[in-house]
Amino acid sequence: MIKSFFDKIRPHVEEGGKYHAFRSLFDGFETFALVPNTTSKVGTAIHDAIDSKRIMSFVVIALIPALLVGMYNIGYQNYHAAGVDASFFTMFLYGLIVMLPKIIVSYGVGLGIEFVVAQWKNEEIQEGFLVSGLIIPMIVPVGTPLWMLAVAVAFSVIFAKEIFGGTGMNIFNPALITRAFLFFAWPTKMSGDQVWVSTESWFGLGNTLPDAFTCATPLGQAAAGIDTNLSAMEMFGGLMPGSIGETSVIAIAIGAAILLWTRIASWRTMLSVFVGGALFALLFDSVGAADNAVAHLGLNHLFLGGFAFGAVFMATDPVTSCRTEKGKFIYGFIIGAMAIIIRVLNPGYPEGMMLAILFMNMFAPLIDYFFVQSNINKRAKRMSNK
Amino acid sequence: MSLFSQQNKEVFTGPLNLNNPVVAQVLGICSALAVTSQLEPAIVMGLAVTVITAFANVIISLLRNTIPSRIRIIVQLVVVATLVTIVSQVLKAFAYDVSVQLSVYVGLIITNCILMGRLEAFAMMNGPWESFLDGVGSGLGYAWILVVVGFVRELLGSASLFGYEIPMLTDCDFFHNGMMTMPAMSLIILGCVIWAHRAINDKEK
Repeated sequence: MIKSFFDKIRPHVEEGGKYHAFRSLFDGFETFALVPNTTSKVGTAIHDAIDSKRIMSFVVIALIPALLVGMYNIGYQNYHAAGVDASFFTMFLYGLIVMLPKIIVSYGVGLGIEFVVAQWKNEEIQEGFLVSGLIIPMIVPVGTPLWMLAVAVAFSVIFAKEIFGGTGMNIFNPALITRAFLFFAWPTKMSGDQVWVSTESWFGLGNTLPDAFTCATPLGQAAAGIDTNLSAMEMFGGLMPGSIGETSVIAIAIGAAILLWTRIASWRTMLSVFVGGALFALLFDSVGAADNAVAHLGLNHLFLGGFAFGAVFMATDPVTSCRTEKGKFIYGFIIGAMAIIIRVLNPGYPEGMMLAILFMNMFAPLIDYFFVQSNINKRAKRMSNK
Repeated sequence: MSLFSQQNKEVFTGPLNLNNPVVAQVLGICSALAVTSQLEPAIVMGLAVTVITAFANVIISLLRNTIPSRIRIIVQLVVVATLVTIVSQVLKAFAYDVSVQLSVYVGLIITNCILMGRLEAFAMMNGPWESFLDGVGSGLGYAWILVVVGFVRELLGSASLFGYEIPMLTDCDFFHNGMMTMPAMSLIILGCVIWAHRAINDKEK
Protein backbone atom coordinates (compact mmCIF):
# COMPACT_ATOMS: atom_id res chain seq x y z
CA MET A 1 0.00 0.00 0.00
CA ILE A 2 2.82 2.38 0.90
CA LYS A 3 4.62 1.30 -2.25
CA SER A 4 1.67 2.06 -4.51
CA PHE A 5 1.38 5.49 -2.89
CA PHE A 6 4.97 6.33 -3.80
CA ASP A 7 4.61 4.81 -7.27
CA LYS A 8 1.65 7.09 -7.92
CA ILE A 9 3.61 10.22 -7.02
CA ARG A 10 6.86 9.32 -8.74
CA PRO A 11 6.06 10.52 -12.31
CA HIS A 12 5.32 14.03 -11.01
CA VAL A 13 8.70 14.56 -9.38
CA GLU A 14 11.00 12.95 -11.91
CA GLU A 15 12.94 14.97 -14.48
CA GLY A 16 10.44 17.04 -16.44
CA GLY A 17 7.59 16.41 -14.03
CA LYS A 18 5.43 19.16 -12.59
CA TYR A 19 6.91 19.09 -9.07
CA HIS A 20 10.52 18.47 -9.97
CA ALA A 21 11.60 20.93 -7.29
CA PHE A 22 10.47 18.46 -4.65
CA ARG A 23 12.44 15.52 -6.04
CA SER A 24 14.84 15.31 -3.12
CA LEU A 25 11.97 15.55 -0.65
CA PHE A 26 10.18 12.69 -2.38
CA ASP A 27 13.35 10.68 -2.61
CA GLY A 28 14.05 11.21 1.07
CA PHE A 29 10.64 10.04 2.19
CA GLU A 30 10.54 7.11 -0.20
CA THR A 31 13.86 5.69 0.91
CA PHE A 32 12.89 6.34 4.51
CA ALA A 33 9.73 4.30 4.20
CA LEU A 34 10.98 1.62 1.82
CA VAL A 35 14.40 0.05 1.42
CA PRO A 36 15.73 1.29 -1.93
CA ASN A 37 16.13 -1.40 -4.59
CA THR A 38 18.88 0.29 -6.56
CA THR A 39 22.28 -1.39 -6.39
CA SER A 40 25.66 -0.41 -7.71
CA LYS A 41 26.20 -1.56 -11.30
CA VAL A 42 29.97 -1.49 -11.53
CA GLY A 43 32.70 -3.07 -9.48
CA THR A 44 32.34 -5.33 -6.50
CA ALA A 45 30.36 -3.93 -3.60
CA ILE A 46 29.58 -5.43 -0.25
CA HIS A 47 26.54 -4.05 1.51
CA ASP A 48 25.16 -4.67 4.93
CA ALA A 49 21.60 -5.91 5.00
CA ILE A 50 20.47 -2.63 6.53
CA ASP A 51 21.39 0.76 5.10
CA SER A 52 22.11 3.95 6.95
CA LYS A 53 18.45 5.04 7.09
CA ARG A 54 17.58 1.83 8.93
CA ILE A 55 20.52 2.36 11.30
CA MET A 56 19.30 5.88 12.01
CA SER A 57 15.83 4.58 12.76
CA PHE A 58 17.21 2.20 15.36
CA VAL A 59 19.10 5.01 17.07
CA VAL A 60 15.91 7.07 17.13
CA ILE A 61 14.09 4.12 18.75
CA ALA A 62 16.90 3.85 21.31
CA LEU A 63 16.50 7.54 22.13
CA ILE A 64 12.79 7.28 22.84
CA PRO A 65 12.96 5.99 26.46
CA ALA A 66 15.19 8.90 27.45
CA LEU A 67 12.89 11.28 25.59
CA LEU A 68 9.76 10.03 27.37
CA VAL A 69 11.36 10.26 30.80
CA GLY A 70 12.66 13.70 29.88
CA MET A 71 9.13 14.84 29.03
CA TYR A 72 7.78 13.52 32.29
CA ASN A 73 10.64 15.20 34.12
CA ILE A 74 9.77 18.58 32.58
CA GLY A 75 6.31 18.28 34.06
CA TYR A 76 7.57 16.89 37.35
CA GLN A 77 10.07 19.73 37.84
CA ASN A 78 7.44 22.35 37.08
CA TYR A 79 4.81 20.93 39.45
CA HIS A 80 7.43 20.11 42.06
CA ALA A 81 8.75 23.68 41.99
CA ALA A 82 5.26 25.10 42.30
CA GLY A 83 4.44 22.70 45.12
CA VAL A 84 1.32 21.43 43.36
CA ASP A 85 0.27 17.80 43.21
CA ALA A 86 -0.70 16.38 39.87
CA SER A 87 -1.26 13.01 38.29
CA PHE A 88 1.40 11.26 36.28
CA PHE A 89 -0.58 11.87 33.10
CA THR A 90 -0.90 15.62 33.64
CA MET A 91 2.80 16.02 34.21
CA PHE A 92 3.64 13.98 31.16
CA LEU A 93 1.20 15.89 28.96
CA TYR A 94 2.66 19.19 30.12
CA GLY A 95 6.15 17.94 29.29
CA LEU A 96 4.96 16.79 25.87
CA ILE A 97 3.52 20.23 25.11
CA VAL A 98 6.73 21.95 26.18
CA MET A 99 8.95 19.50 24.32
CA LEU A 100 7.09 19.14 21.04
CA PRO A 101 7.84 22.62 19.61
CA LYS A 102 11.55 22.11 20.25
CA ILE A 103 11.56 18.84 18.32
CA ILE A 104 9.57 20.39 15.48
CA VAL A 105 11.89 23.40 15.25
CA SER A 106 14.99 21.23 15.35
CA TYR A 107 13.77 18.88 12.62
CA GLY A 108 12.19 21.65 10.58
CA VAL A 109 15.27 23.86 10.39
CA GLY A 110 17.81 21.04 10.06
CA LEU A 111 15.95 18.93 7.51
CA GLY A 112 14.89 22.08 5.65
CA ILE A 113 18.51 23.06 5.09
CA GLU A 114 19.46 19.51 4.15
CA PHE A 115 16.63 19.23 1.60
CA VAL A 116 17.54 22.57 0.04
CA VAL A 117 21.21 21.61 -0.23
CA ALA A 118 20.40 18.19 -1.66
CA GLN A 119 18.11 19.69 -4.28
CA TRP A 120 20.60 22.43 -5.12
CA LYS A 121 23.53 20.07 -5.58
CA ASN A 122 21.26 17.54 -7.26
CA GLU A 123 22.28 14.87 -4.78
CA GLU A 124 20.36 12.23 -2.93
CA ILE A 125 18.87 13.46 0.31
CA GLN A 126 21.08 12.60 3.24
CA GLU A 127 19.59 11.07 6.31
CA GLY A 128 22.09 11.98 8.99
CA PHE A 129 19.86 14.60 10.53
CA LEU A 130 17.24 12.05 11.60
CA VAL A 131 19.25 11.32 14.74
CA SER A 132 20.87 14.73 15.30
CA GLY A 133 17.45 16.37 15.02
CA LEU A 134 16.13 14.35 17.93
CA ILE A 135 19.31 14.52 20.02
CA ILE A 136 19.54 18.32 19.79
CA PRO A 137 16.33 19.13 21.71
CA MET A 138 17.31 16.52 24.29
CA ILE A 139 20.67 18.05 25.18
CA VAL A 140 19.53 21.61 25.74
CA PRO A 141 17.98 23.02 28.92
CA VAL A 142 14.20 23.28 28.88
CA GLY A 143 14.40 27.08 29.08
CA THR A 144 16.12 27.49 25.70
CA PRO A 145 14.04 29.79 23.47
CA LEU A 146 12.95 28.28 20.15
CA TRP A 147 14.56 30.95 17.97
CA MET A 148 17.88 30.31 19.67
CA LEU A 149 17.53 26.63 18.93
CA ALA A 150 16.75 27.43 15.31
CA VAL A 151 19.80 29.68 14.89
CA ALA A 152 22.09 27.11 16.48
CA VAL A 153 20.71 24.24 14.42
CA ALA A 154 21.14 26.24 11.23
CA PHE A 155 24.69 27.14 12.23
CA SER A 156 25.71 23.59 12.97
CA VAL A 157 24.06 22.01 9.92
CA ILE A 158 25.76 24.51 7.62
CA PHE A 159 29.14 24.93 9.29
CA ALA A 160 29.68 21.56 10.96
CA LYS A 161 28.14 19.39 8.29
CA GLU A 162 27.35 20.74 4.85
CA ILE A 163 30.64 22.56 4.27
CA PHE A 164 32.51 19.36 5.07
CA GLY A 165 30.46 17.52 2.46
CA GLY A 166 27.33 16.39 4.29
CA THR A 167 26.46 13.25 6.18
CA GLY A 168 29.42 10.99 6.86
CA MET A 169 32.01 13.65 6.11
CA ASN A 170 31.74 15.79 9.22
CA ILE A 171 34.63 15.95 11.67
CA PHE A 172 32.53 17.11 14.60
CA ASN A 173 29.22 15.82 15.86
CA PRO A 174 26.59 18.32 14.61
CA ALA A 175 24.38 17.90 17.68
CA LEU A 176 27.27 18.79 19.96
CA ILE A 177 28.25 21.73 17.76
CA THR A 178 24.68 23.01 18.20
CA ARG A 179 25.03 22.79 21.94
CA ALA A 180 28.52 24.29 21.92
CA PHE A 181 27.29 27.20 19.80
CA LEU A 182 24.43 27.85 22.22
CA PHE A 183 26.75 27.48 25.19
CA PHE A 184 29.29 30.01 23.95
CA ALA A 185 26.86 32.36 22.23
CA TRP A 186 24.34 32.76 25.02
CA PRO A 187 26.00 31.35 28.14
CA THR A 188 23.38 32.77 30.50
CA LYS A 189 20.62 30.88 28.68
CA MET A 190 22.48 27.58 28.65
CA SER A 191 23.90 27.24 32.14
CA GLY A 192 23.46 28.75 35.56
CA ASP A 193 20.37 28.22 37.64
CA GLN A 194 17.46 29.85 35.79
CA VAL A 195 17.00 27.64 32.76
CA TRP A 196 16.37 24.14 34.06
CA VAL A 197 12.70 24.37 34.94
CA SER A 198 9.95 25.36 32.54
CA THR A 199 8.25 28.39 34.07
CA GLU A 200 5.27 28.91 31.80
CA SER A 201 1.85 27.36 31.75
CA TRP A 202 0.45 26.05 28.48
CA PHE A 203 -3.20 25.27 27.68
CA GLY A 204 -4.10 25.31 31.36
CA LEU A 205 -1.44 22.74 32.17
CA GLY A 206 1.53 23.50 34.32
CA ASN A 207 2.14 26.41 36.62
CA THR A 208 3.48 29.85 35.95
CA LEU A 209 6.49 30.36 38.12
CA PRO A 210 7.96 33.75 39.04
CA ASP A 211 10.72 35.00 36.72
CA ALA A 212 13.35 34.90 39.42
CA PHE A 213 12.74 31.23 40.14
CA THR A 214 16.06 29.41 40.31
CA CYS A 215 16.96 25.76 40.44
CA ALA A 216 20.48 24.54 39.82
CA THR A 217 21.53 21.19 38.45
CA PRO A 218 23.34 18.86 40.85
CA LEU A 219 26.62 19.55 39.08
CA GLY A 220 26.00 23.28 39.21
CA GLN A 221 25.27 23.01 42.93
CA ALA A 222 28.45 21.05 43.51
CA ALA A 223 30.45 23.63 41.59
CA ALA A 224 28.97 26.32 43.81
CA GLY A 225 29.95 24.34 46.88
CA ILE A 226 26.45 23.27 47.91
CA ASP A 227 25.83 19.73 49.05
CA THR A 228 23.67 18.02 46.45
CA ASN A 229 22.10 15.36 48.71
CA LEU A 230 20.42 13.48 45.89
CA SER A 231 19.17 9.99 46.58
CA ALA A 232 20.38 7.21 44.31
CA MET A 233 16.77 6.85 43.11
CA GLU A 234 16.64 10.44 41.92
CA MET A 235 19.93 10.06 40.11
CA PHE A 236 18.99 6.85 38.34
CA GLY A 237 15.36 7.63 37.70
CA GLY A 238 16.10 11.06 36.30
CA LEU A 239 13.81 13.29 38.37
CA MET A 240 16.34 16.06 38.78
CA PRO A 241 16.96 19.31 36.96
CA GLY A 242 19.12 19.01 33.90
CA SER A 243 19.08 19.05 30.11
CA ILE A 244 15.92 17.37 28.87
CA GLY A 245 17.08 13.92 27.79
CA GLU A 246 20.13 13.40 29.92
CA THR A 247 18.77 13.03 33.44
CA SER A 248 17.55 9.45 33.56
CA VAL A 249 20.28 6.83 33.70
CA ILE A 250 17.74 3.99 33.51
CA ALA A 251 16.19 5.25 30.29
CA ILE A 252 19.62 5.79 28.78
CA ALA A 253 20.59 2.27 29.81
CA ILE A 254 17.57 0.89 27.91
CA GLY A 255 18.70 2.87 24.87
CA ALA A 256 22.24 1.55 25.29
CA ALA A 257 20.92 -2.01 25.44
CA ILE A 258 19.03 -1.51 22.16
CA LEU A 259 22.10 -0.03 20.48
CA LEU A 260 24.40 -2.78 21.70
CA TRP A 261 21.96 -5.58 20.93
CA THR A 262 21.57 -4.38 17.33
CA ARG A 263 25.35 -3.77 17.21
CA ILE A 264 24.89 -0.24 15.97
CA ALA A 265 26.99 1.36 18.68
CA SER A 266 30.39 0.05 19.60
CA TRP A 267 30.62 -1.51 23.07
CA ARG A 268 34.32 -0.69 23.03
CA THR A 269 33.75 3.04 22.92
CA MET A 270 30.92 2.93 25.43
CA LEU A 271 32.78 0.79 27.93
CA SER A 272 36.03 2.71 27.73
CA VAL A 273 34.24 6.06 28.24
CA PHE A 274 32.82 4.75 31.50
CA VAL A 275 36.14 3.18 32.53
CA GLY A 276 38.04 6.39 31.83
CA GLY A 277 35.45 8.46 33.68
CA ALA A 278 35.36 6.10 36.66
CA LEU A 279 39.14 5.97 37.00
CA PHE A 280 39.55 9.72 36.96
CA ALA A 281 36.53 10.31 39.19
CA LEU A 282 38.05 8.01 41.81
CA LEU A 283 41.46 9.58 41.33
CA PHE A 284 40.13 13.08 41.96
CA ASP A 285 38.06 11.77 44.85
CA SER A 286 41.22 10.61 46.61
CA VAL A 287 43.63 13.43 45.72
CA GLY A 288 41.35 16.41 44.95
CA ALA A 289 41.45 19.57 47.05
CA ALA A 290 39.13 19.36 50.03
CA ASP A 291 37.22 22.55 49.16
CA ASN A 292 36.44 21.44 45.62
CA ALA A 293 33.05 19.78 45.96
CA VAL A 294 32.99 18.60 42.33
CA ALA A 295 36.12 16.52 42.92
CA HIS A 296 34.44 14.55 45.67
CA LEU A 297 31.34 13.40 43.83
CA GLY A 298 33.24 10.17 43.16
CA LEU A 299 31.45 7.67 40.98
CA ASN A 300 28.31 9.80 41.07
CA HIS A 301 29.97 11.71 38.24
CA LEU A 302 29.00 8.93 35.88
CA PHE A 303 25.29 9.37 36.61
CA LEU A 304 25.10 13.15 36.79
CA GLY A 305 24.87 15.63 33.97
CA GLY A 306 25.38 14.52 30.42
CA PHE A 307 27.97 11.85 31.07
CA ALA A 308 25.83 8.78 30.47
CA PHE A 309 23.92 10.35 27.57
CA GLY A 310 27.15 11.47 25.93
CA ALA A 311 28.82 8.11 26.41
CA VAL A 312 25.93 6.14 24.93
CA PHE A 313 24.62 8.36 22.14
CA MET A 314 27.31 10.89 21.25
CA ALA A 315 30.70 9.28 21.75
CA THR A 316 29.60 6.24 19.74
CA ASP A 317 28.58 8.27 16.68
CA PRO A 318 30.11 6.11 13.93
CA VAL A 319 31.05 9.09 11.77
CA THR A 320 33.03 11.16 14.24
CA SER A 321 34.56 8.44 16.43
CA CYS A 322 37.54 6.23 15.71
CA ARG A 323 37.11 3.57 13.03
CA THR A 324 39.80 1.18 14.22
CA GLU A 325 38.73 -1.23 16.94
CA LYS A 326 41.77 -0.64 19.15
CA GLY A 327 41.52 3.08 18.55
CA LYS A 328 38.01 3.06 20.01
CA PHE A 329 39.37 2.05 23.40
CA ILE A 330 41.79 4.97 23.51
CA TYR A 331 39.24 7.37 22.06
CA GLY A 332 36.62 6.43 24.64
CA PHE A 333 39.00 6.37 27.55
CA ILE A 334 40.27 9.89 26.90
CA ILE A 335 36.70 11.19 26.48
CA GLY A 336 35.74 9.86 29.90
CA ALA A 337 38.93 11.16 31.49
CA MET A 338 38.70 14.60 29.84
CA ALA A 339 35.07 15.02 30.86
CA ILE A 340 35.92 14.50 34.53
CA ILE A 341 39.06 16.65 34.31
CA ILE A 342 37.10 19.57 32.83
CA ARG A 343 34.35 19.21 35.41
CA VAL A 344 36.72 19.14 38.35
CA LEU A 345 39.46 21.53 37.35
CA ASN A 346 37.54 24.23 35.48
CA PRO A 347 34.94 25.93 37.69
CA GLY A 348 33.59 27.80 34.65
CA TYR A 349 32.29 24.63 33.02
CA PRO A 350 30.33 22.42 35.39
CA GLU A 351 29.63 20.09 32.47
CA GLY A 352 32.65 18.69 30.64
CA MET A 353 31.15 15.98 28.47
CA MET A 354 30.37 18.18 25.47
CA LEU A 355 33.86 19.68 25.28
CA ALA A 356 35.52 16.30 25.91
CA ILE A 357 33.70 14.62 23.02
CA LEU A 358 34.30 17.52 20.63
CA PHE A 359 37.96 17.51 21.63
CA MET A 360 38.35 13.83 20.89
CA ASN A 361 36.36 14.10 17.63
CA MET A 362 39.27 16.21 16.49
CA PHE A 363 41.85 13.57 17.39
CA ALA A 364 39.96 10.49 16.19
CA PRO A 365 41.55 10.50 12.69
CA LEU A 366 45.00 10.82 14.27
CA ILE A 367 44.43 7.80 16.53
CA ASP A 368 43.17 5.83 13.53
CA TYR A 369 46.21 6.84 11.54
CA PHE A 370 48.60 5.44 14.14
CA PHE A 371 46.80 2.11 14.44
CA VAL A 372 46.56 1.67 10.67
CA GLN A 373 50.22 2.56 10.28
CA SER A 374 51.36 0.19 13.01
CA ASN A 375 49.35 -2.57 11.34
CA ILE A 376 50.98 -1.81 7.99
CA ASN A 377 54.42 -1.84 9.59
CA LYS A 378 53.72 -5.13 11.33
CA ARG A 379 52.68 -6.78 8.10
CA ALA A 380 55.58 -5.31 6.17
CA LYS A 381 57.92 -6.76 8.76
CA ARG A 382 56.27 -10.16 8.49
CA MET A 383 56.71 -10.07 4.74
CA SER A 384 60.36 -9.16 4.91
CA ASN A 385 61.16 -11.80 7.53
CA LYS A 386 60.15 -14.61 5.22
CA MET B 1 54.61 56.07 -18.58
CA SER B 2 51.91 58.34 -17.31
CA LEU B 3 50.98 58.42 -13.65
CA PHE B 4 47.51 56.96 -14.11
CA SER B 5 48.07 54.53 -16.94
CA GLN B 6 45.97 51.43 -17.37
CA GLN B 7 48.74 49.34 -15.88
CA ASN B 8 49.00 51.48 -12.76
CA LYS B 9 45.26 51.34 -12.31
CA GLU B 10 45.46 47.58 -12.25
CA VAL B 11 48.29 47.71 -9.72
CA PHE B 12 46.00 49.71 -7.47
CA THR B 13 42.70 47.91 -7.96
CA GLY B 14 44.04 44.35 -8.10
CA PRO B 15 44.59 43.98 -4.34
CA LEU B 16 41.18 45.49 -3.64
CA ASN B 17 39.31 42.63 -5.21
CA LEU B 18 40.73 39.80 -7.31
CA ASN B 19 44.16 39.76 -5.69
CA ASN B 20 43.02 40.72 -2.21
CA PRO B 21 45.75 40.07 0.36
CA VAL B 22 43.38 38.57 2.93
CA VAL B 23 40.77 36.85 0.81
CA ALA B 24 42.84 35.65 -2.15
CA GLN B 25 46.38 35.43 -0.81
CA VAL B 26 45.22 34.52 2.73
CA LEU B 27 47.84 36.73 4.39
CA GLY B 28 47.55 38.79 7.54
CA ILE B 29 44.86 36.53 9.02
CA CYS B 30 46.05 36.70 12.62
CA SER B 31 45.54 40.42 13.03
CA ALA B 32 42.28 40.22 11.07
CA LEU B 33 40.99 37.83 13.73
CA ALA B 34 42.38 39.70 16.70
CA VAL B 35 41.29 43.30 16.18
CA THR B 36 37.86 42.92 14.57
CA SER B 37 35.63 42.54 17.59
CA GLN B 38 34.62 46.19 17.10
CA LEU B 39 34.54 48.49 14.09
CA GLU B 40 36.65 51.33 15.41
CA PRO B 41 39.86 49.38 16.12
CA ALA B 42 39.34 47.48 12.86
CA ILE B 43 39.29 50.72 10.85
CA VAL B 44 42.26 52.20 12.71
CA MET B 45 44.21 49.00 12.21
CA GLY B 46 43.36 48.96 8.50
CA LEU B 47 44.50 52.56 8.07
CA ALA B 48 47.72 51.94 10.02
CA VAL B 49 48.59 48.98 7.83
CA THR B 50 47.74 51.01 4.70
CA VAL B 51 50.04 53.88 5.70
CA ILE B 52 52.90 51.59 6.69
CA THR B 53 52.64 49.40 3.58
CA ALA B 54 52.52 52.41 1.28
CA PHE B 55 55.53 54.21 2.73
CA ALA B 56 57.59 51.06 3.32
CA ASN B 57 56.98 50.18 -0.32
CA VAL B 58 58.13 53.64 -1.47
CA ILE B 59 61.26 53.63 0.68
CA ILE B 60 62.31 50.11 -0.27
CA SER B 61 61.59 50.85 -3.90
CA LEU B 62 63.90 53.88 -3.76
CA LEU B 63 66.63 51.85 -2.09
CA ARG B 64 66.13 48.72 -4.16
CA ASN B 65 69.20 49.16 -6.35
CA THR B 66 71.56 49.80 -3.47
CA ILE B 67 70.44 46.99 -1.11
CA PRO B 68 72.71 43.94 -1.33
CA SER B 69 70.37 41.03 -1.87
CA ARG B 70 71.89 38.96 0.95
CA ILE B 71 70.79 41.40 3.66
CA ARG B 72 67.61 42.70 2.04
CA ILE B 73 65.27 41.19 4.65
CA ILE B 74 67.11 42.98 7.44
CA VAL B 75 66.94 46.29 5.60
CA GLN B 76 63.22 45.78 4.94
CA LEU B 77 62.62 44.99 8.59
CA VAL B 78 64.44 48.10 9.75
CA VAL B 79 62.34 50.28 7.44
CA VAL B 80 59.09 48.63 8.54
CA ALA B 81 60.03 48.76 12.22
CA THR B 82 60.76 52.48 11.95
CA LEU B 83 57.40 53.16 10.33
CA VAL B 84 55.55 50.98 12.83
CA THR B 85 57.15 52.83 15.72
CA ILE B 86 56.13 56.16 14.23
CA VAL B 87 52.54 55.02 13.68
CA SER B 88 52.39 53.54 17.15
CA GLN B 89 53.58 56.81 18.72
CA VAL B 90 51.10 58.83 16.63
CA LEU B 91 48.26 56.57 17.77
CA LYS B 92 49.31 56.88 21.39
CA ALA B 93 49.40 60.67 21.06
CA PHE B 94 46.14 61.25 19.18
CA ALA B 95 43.96 58.18 19.69
CA TYR B 96 44.99 56.75 23.02
CA ASP B 97 41.84 54.69 23.65
CA VAL B 98 42.09 52.86 20.36
CA SER B 99 45.79 52.25 20.79
CA VAL B 100 45.09 50.64 24.16
CA GLN B 101 42.43 48.46 22.53
CA LEU B 102 44.81 47.43 19.77
CA SER B 103 47.54 46.81 22.37
CA VAL B 104 50.32 44.66 20.93
CA TYR B 105 48.77 44.35 17.49
CA VAL B 106 50.12 47.71 16.34
CA GLY B 107 53.63 46.56 17.17
CA LEU B 108 52.94 43.24 15.51
CA ILE B 109 52.30 44.95 12.17
CA ILE B 110 56.05 44.37 11.70
CA THR B 111 55.33 40.68 11.38
CA ASN B 112 52.29 41.16 9.16
CA CYS B 113 52.81 38.89 6.18
CA ILE B 114 51.19 41.39 3.81
CA LEU B 115 54.00 43.89 4.40
CA MET B 116 56.91 41.56 3.80
CA GLY B 117 55.07 39.98 0.91
CA ARG B 118 54.54 43.30 -0.88
CA LEU B 119 58.11 44.46 -0.18
CA GLU B 120 59.64 41.24 -1.47
CA ALA B 121 57.33 40.67 -4.38
CA PHE B 122 56.67 44.20 -5.61
CA ALA B 123 58.78 47.00 -4.18
CA MET B 124 62.07 45.22 -4.84
CA MET B 125 61.46 45.27 -8.59
CA ASN B 126 59.24 48.29 -9.33
CA GLY B 127 59.53 52.05 -9.24
CA PRO B 128 58.43 54.19 -6.28
CA TRP B 129 55.11 55.42 -7.75
CA GLU B 130 53.89 51.93 -8.70
CA SER B 131 55.05 50.67 -5.33
CA PHE B 132 53.12 53.42 -3.59
CA LEU B 133 49.93 52.52 -5.48
CA ASP B 134 50.45 48.85 -4.73
CA GLY B 135 51.00 49.57 -1.04
CA VAL B 136 47.86 51.70 -0.75
CA GLY B 137 45.85 49.13 -2.69
CA SER B 138 47.04 46.22 -0.56
CA GLY B 139 46.46 48.14 2.66
CA LEU B 140 42.93 49.15 1.65
CA GLY B 141 42.21 45.63 0.46
CA TYR B 142 43.16 44.43 3.94
CA ALA B 143 41.20 47.25 5.56
CA TRP B 144 37.88 46.60 3.85
CA ILE B 145 37.90 42.94 4.86
CA LEU B 146 38.57 44.02 8.44
CA VAL B 147 35.67 46.45 8.25
CA VAL B 148 33.27 43.79 6.95
CA VAL B 149 34.25 41.31 9.65
CA GLY B 150 34.24 44.02 12.32
CA PHE B 151 30.79 45.22 11.24
CA VAL B 152 29.24 41.75 11.52
CA ARG B 153 30.95 40.99 14.81
CA GLU B 154 30.10 44.25 16.51
CA LEU B 155 26.51 44.28 15.27
CA LEU B 156 25.72 40.69 16.25
CA GLY B 157 28.01 40.51 19.25
CA SER B 158 27.18 43.66 21.14
CA ALA B 159 24.29 45.31 19.24
CA SER B 160 26.34 48.42 18.54
CA LEU B 161 28.31 50.12 15.78
CA PHE B 162 31.40 52.27 16.43
CA GLY B 163 30.71 51.78 20.12
CA TYR B 164 27.22 53.34 19.95
CA GLU B 165 24.47 51.00 21.02
CA ILE B 166 21.60 50.69 18.62
CA PRO B 167 18.50 51.41 20.69
CA MET B 168 16.14 49.10 18.78
CA LEU B 169 18.41 46.10 19.16
CA THR B 170 19.76 46.32 22.70
CA ASP B 171 16.98 44.29 24.26
CA CYS B 172 17.17 41.54 21.68
CA ASP B 173 19.25 38.55 22.77
CA PHE B 174 20.02 37.70 19.16
CA PHE B 175 22.34 40.70 18.97
CA HIS B 176 24.27 39.72 22.08
CA ASN B 177 25.81 36.60 20.68
CA GLY B 178 28.81 35.71 22.83
CA MET B 179 30.36 33.66 20.04
CA MET B 180 30.71 36.81 17.94
CA THR B 181 32.98 38.47 20.46
CA MET B 182 35.37 35.52 20.35
CA PRO B 183 38.15 35.27 17.76
CA ALA B 184 36.93 31.79 16.81
CA MET B 185 33.80 33.23 15.25
CA SER B 186 35.74 35.81 13.25
CA LEU B 187 37.55 32.95 11.57
CA ILE B 188 34.19 31.57 10.50
CA ILE B 189 33.00 34.99 9.29
CA LEU B 190 36.25 35.42 7.38
CA GLY B 191 35.65 32.00 5.86
CA CYS B 192 32.20 33.16 4.75
CA VAL B 193 33.69 36.31 3.18
CA ILE B 194 36.19 34.16 1.24
CA TRP B 195 33.34 31.84 0.24
CA ALA B 196 31.23 34.71 -1.08
CA HIS B 197 34.23 36.31 -2.80
CA ARG B 198 35.14 33.10 -4.63
CA ALA B 199 31.54 32.36 -5.54
CA ILE B 200 31.13 35.81 -7.13
CA ASN B 201 34.48 35.82 -8.93
CA ASP B 202 34.18 32.29 -10.23
CA LYS B 203 30.91 33.23 -11.84
CA GLU B 204 32.53 36.15 -13.65
CA LYS B 205 35.23 33.95 -15.17
